Order: sequence, then structure tokens, then C-alpha cells
Amino acid sequence: MKYWRKPLDYEDIKIPRGKVSIIEDRCKGCSFCVEYCPRNVLEMSEYFNKKGYHIPYIKNPGDCVNCNFCEVICPEFAIYIEKLEE
Amino acid sequence: MKKQGDEELNGMPGRHPLSSLLREDRMPHIWCPGCDIGTVFSSCLTAIHESKIDYNNFAMVSGIGCTGRAAGYIKLDSFHTTHGRAIPFATGLKIAKPRMKIIVFSGDGDLFTIGGNHFIHAARRNIDLTVICVNNFTYGMTGGQVASTTPFNSKTSTTPQGNFEKPFNLPYMAAAAGAVYVSRWTTLHVRRLTGSIVEAFNKKGFSFIEVVSSCPTSFGRRNKLGSPLDIIQHFHKISVIQNGIHPKDANLDISKEIVVGKFVDTEAPTFFDLLEKIYPPEM
Amino acid sequence: MEGTEHFIMGDVACAEAAIASGCRFFAGYPITPATEIAERMAKRLPQVGGVYIQMEDEMASMAAVLGASWGGLKSMTATSGPGFSLMMENIGLGIVMEVPCVVVNVQRAGPSTGLPTLCAQGDMMQARWGSHGHYEIIALSASSPQELFDVTIKAFNLSEKYRLPVLIMTDEVVGHMAEKVIIPPSNRIEIYPRRITKLPPEEYLPYLPDEDMVAPMVGIGEGYHIHSTGLTHDKKGYPVISAPVQKEMIDRLVCKIRNNVDDIVEYQEIETADAEIIIVAYGISVRPAQKALELAREKGIKCGMLKLTTIWPFAEKKIIELASQVKGFVVPEINYGQISLEVERCSAGHAKTILVKHAGGAIFNPDEILEAVEKL
Repeated sequence: MKYWRKPLDYEDIKIPRGKVSIIEDRCKGCSFCVEYCPRNVLEMSEYFNKKGYHIPYIKNPGDCVNCNFCEVICPEFAIYIEKLEE
Repeated sequence: MKKQGDEELNGMPGRHPLSSLLREDRMPHIWCPGCDIGTVFSSCLTAIHESKIDYNNFAMVSGIGCTGRAAGYIKLDSFHTTHGRAIPFATGLKIAKPRMKIIVFSGDGDLFTIGGNHFIHAARRNIDLTVICVNNFTYGMTGGQVASTTPFNSKTSTTPQGNFEKPFNLPYMAAAAGAVYVSRWTTLHVRRLTGSIVEAFNKKGFSFIEVVSSCPTSFGRRNKLGSPLDIIQHFHKISVIQNGIHPKDANLDISKEIVVGKFVDTEAPTFFDLLEKIYPPEM
Repeated sequence: MEGTEHFIMGDVACAEAAIASGCRFFAGYPITPATEIAERMAKRLPQVGGVYIQMEDEMASMAAVLGASWGGLKSMTATSGPGFSLMMENIGLGIVMEVPCVVVNVQRAGPSTGLPTLCAQGDMMQARWGSHGHYEIIALSASSPQELFDVTIKAFNLSEKYRLPVLIMTDEVVGHMAEKVIIPPSNRIEIYPRRITKLPPEEYLPYLPDEDMVAPMVGIGEGYHIHSTGLTHDKKGYPVISAPVQKEMIDRLVCKIRNNVDDIVEYQEIETADAEIIIVAYGISVRPAQKALELAREKGIKCGMLKLTTIWPFAEKKIIELASQVKGFVVPEINYGQISLEVERCSAGHAKTILVKHAGGAIFNPDEILEAVEKL
């Protein structure tokens, strides 16, 4: 991130990191998680799951900031985040 | 009994954070791809956790319909009753178990069309229930027929040329009947919805939360609303948060404007308060 | 019989019996002639720590009764013909969810609004088949306020023992008639407690039956996390949409009653040992039938009476046994032939069945019944 000048509490703020896990067989390909991820971590893939739906894949795993929005918006309980300890 | 609401909701390898509240032996659930009943259900489970109330103090009662199937997926004492009669069933259950939190989780057709009479009486009694209504403007399970909340001019399977009846304004009805907590959110406002549900759990009296959703399979296709993602993006564009306004001004026009927010949050004596005052327990 | 003597009407006796059985929840709707049950419960329940709630209609009443019963309270409702028709869907729910509760139908002349203040016995088949689908039900009947008291206690016990809604089919005359009722002391009243499982939550299955085909219940909010639905369900309570599970569930619901018929069915035989003609009567019709029996015996006719307390399941075995002994049955009922059809079916041609019918609005004159006996 580019700053005009360094914020005074730059050292203190730790950006949380998260690890995305997708439960493949539950996903029904609605793509809400892809659309509403603020860091563009996910993208829909060409892969089919067992039920024939396209599921998302983790495009930029390092960018996940543990906001959990994909987890709360998913109607299928198919995606969740584990908070990564620093 | 250890209070299960104490830990943070954190995912663990291979385990969804809400696993302890979900009947995983019945997943994946029956709701269509893109149907956001799942989102509302997930929000309700998160709220059960965030309320920090012991999980065993909750019970869920639902009626018939797509939303009514939710009672079959929650890993708590749950009851899937007859069409429209979830609220009186919940009333009886609450009277037998006054210390439990009873959640009524059902759809607009079940709660307001066939169940309309029961809704207004329960609100009038101010019995301590939390009623979550997923409003998808139609009877989804049976293929998309017209309901009391179907917008004017919409096409449904029983109004093929368009609905000519005026729909209900649900928050207005709830507030007029005597509900002490009334709010409306869309399925996109997940976090505010969760907060609202937690407030409703802690509220003494009849709480009503309407969640504007859509049925992309029957209602959405007939009315050319697009894919489930298009619909939720449309909700994003047209919804406006207006906390505290009078429920009669809470417009809901799915082509133009959805007013969301917390409309009513008052105090009033509940059914049990008044029962104990006039019929004090003698034994 | 020891106890205190009271001069009360049938409806009040029914309410007192419910309280004596441990009923602590009543959800009802006013309807003539059952309103007095609701009024008495409204007065007495707060005195014993129970709750009376007047619901907005009979459908809500039945739903609330089911909810409260799940919550652990013995529950009851009371209605008459029009309300009984409304309650049918939820009675079906009670049967499939297997919820113990009691529904009283103080019958009045129908169909439709009919004669609200006059009696009839026209809902007997409706008690058996009123709700959709195939199921078994227990229905009891009473012919006097004292009997209504005793039968109400029996009804609560049967409902807890067999885990289903039990119907009490009485009529307006018995409901509104005031007679001497002896109420025994509470330690003399036998109460069948709710069967609660002893298994821990990990092992308990909501619909896994014991040897007598009845599954034990649990308390709600105690960590068992049960799911109960009106959909056809398996032993776990989960809805399964398939024919084999339907067969399993219906077999169990039906056999639960049919296998235990000997325990459930009750009747009284009066002078049947040498009888050639037997009057089969129930409810208020028992009283004129009793008089007709006396008059017949005076005339030298070898007449007896079978007084039915349990209407459903029907006393098939007894009728089959008596049919081989008698010339015929006389069935006086205040309808155009409902229980008489059952008597005819069970006698299978071995004995004649004569129906003494009545459209409703009054009770029989003993001479009408005597005439039918003499004709045989």
C-alpha cells in the first residue's frame, strides 16, 4: 500500500491474515463469495464438483485479510476462513 | 453445562465454524443454487453463537415451505409444523418452557398469508418470540405462486399476466399489531442482520425481522430478475438504510427502492408479565 | 367409591378430571356446548400453576396444545363439531409427531353450524377418519358426568402411554347435564407418567420404539437436539421422502394401537350372558337404551346391552364373539348410521344389525329402541 507519509501507528497495526478453505461438495456455484471478497482472493474456476457445479478457487491466497465476509454470505456453508496467527 | 457460546467462531482444518449448530449429516441442503435462505439461516446460527446464550436454551419452530426446511438443518431442538401454524405452536412451546428462546423461522407465505391471523395475535399478545421471516415474495416450494407479499404487477405461476393485488407492508403490520422490535434487512446486509437477530433474542417481547430475499428459480426467472448474483447486486443498489423511520414509510418496491433498517425498538409488558400480574401464581 | 360428592355438569367434571390428571395447559376457543370446559379451566388452571390461553381459532388451539405438550406440560383442548373440523390438520400433525394430548369434542347437531345447543352423535366416523391419510386413533365416550370424569383421566393416561392425541367424544346433553359426581382423593387417581428416555443424547433416537411400539420422549432444551416434523420421517426424526420409510412409519403408527387393542378397548356388558338381542350403545344413548333394556326384559325378551366406552379402536373382537351368540344387534345412535356400520361389518352376517337412527336435536325415547328390539 502506498502512503503519502507513514502513519504514526504503522508498526502497531497488524493486518490479519486468513486461510480460505472451501468445502467443495457443498458449493452450488452462486459466486457470491467471489463477487463480494474485498481483496479479490477468489475466482470462479472451470472445475466441476461432484454435483456438477463450478466452484471458486483461491486465486490470491496471500491476500486474504480474515474479513470472513465470504463465510457469512455463503448460503451453503461451503467456505470458511481460519485465522492465521502471526 | 458448559456454555457453548463461549469460544470464538473460528474455522478449524476441515471444519466449518458453525458445525456445532449444523446437522452436517444432512448437508448439502435442499435449497437451490443462489437461494439466499441459506445465508439468512447461516446468519441466524451466527447470531445464536454471538448471543452468548447457552445453545440448549434455543428451539426453532418452522412452518411449511422452502424457508421452513431450515428447522431440519439446525442441530437444536427443532419442529417442522403445519402450514401457517408455526407461531401458535411456538406460543404453546414458550408457555411450557418460558425460559427458552423460541425462534420462528419461516417464509412470507407461511407466516403472513395462511398464517397472518396467528402472526397478528401473537404480536398483540407480545409473547416473547423471535420471528424471522424470509420474504421472497412468493410461495417458492410449490413453484412460485402469488402470495400476500408479491409485488404489484409481478408474474407468478398463478398470476401469469401479473399480480393485481396490493402486497402487505410487513413491518407496518407487525408494528401495528404490537411487536416491540421490528426490522428489515436484505440478505446482503448479513452482518447487520446478525446483529439484529442478537438484539431480538435479548429483547423481551415479540420481535420480528423481515429479510428481503428472492427466489431466483421461480420468482426470479418469471420476472426476468436475472441470475442470483444479479438479484443480490440489484438489492445492493436499491436498498437504503433508514433506521428509526415510521414503518408505514418502509417502502418495498423491488424495482426501485428497498428501505431497510431497525424501525421499532420499544418496551411493552409481555404476555408473561401481564399474566403474572393478573393471575399471580398461587402455587 | 370413596371421595367427595359434587353436583356438577359434565363439562365441569371433564375440566376437573383434567386438572386431577395433571393437565396444566389449555388452549381453546369458545364454542357451544364446550365453552364451559374452557371457562372452568380458565378459572382453575391459574390456581394450580397452569396456564389458560384463549387462541384466535381452533387451528391455533390445537397447534398450541402440541407445542405445550412437547414442552412437557399435559395439554388439552375442547371443542364441538365446527371446531373439530378445523382441528383435523393439527390432530394429524399430533399423530405423526406422536404428541400426547387430549381433545374433547362435545358433539352437537351438524353438519355445519347445525343446532348449536342441541345434541347429536354425528362425529363418530370423523373422529376415526377426520384427518387425511391413514392412521389409528383412540376415541373414548361417556354417558354421564361421572363417566366423563373417569374417561378424561383414562384419556390422559392413554395419551401418555401410547403417545398420541386421544379424543373424548361426548355430547351436548352429557356436557350440560348436572349430576352427582364423586371425585376420588388425588392419591386414589392413577396417573400414567410421561415416558422419558433414560438414554444419553448420543444414543437416543426420537422415534426408535420400545417393545410396545411406543418411543420414549425427551425434555426440550436438555441437549437431546431432536427434530420432529410432520413430513414422513425415519427413526432419527429426519424427513425422508421415500416409500419404504413411509411403510415403516405407517406400520409403526398403526401397529402401535392395533397390537395393544386388548389394553385399550373398554366396554361394559349388561345382561349379555343369555341375551338373544344386544343393544350396542354409547354416549347419551346409553341412558334411554338402559330403560329400553328394562322394558324388554319385563316383556320377557332376552335382551342385553353392550355399552361402549372405547369407540376407537372398535371393540371388534367382542362383536365377533357376540355375533355368534345372538339373533341381532340394535344400535341406537343420534346419527344415520356410523357405529352401526362397524357393528354390521364385524358381525359379518352372523347376526342382523338394526340401526335406530335419529337426525339429532334430541335424545331417544326408550320406546323407539324397544320397538326395534321387538321387531327383531
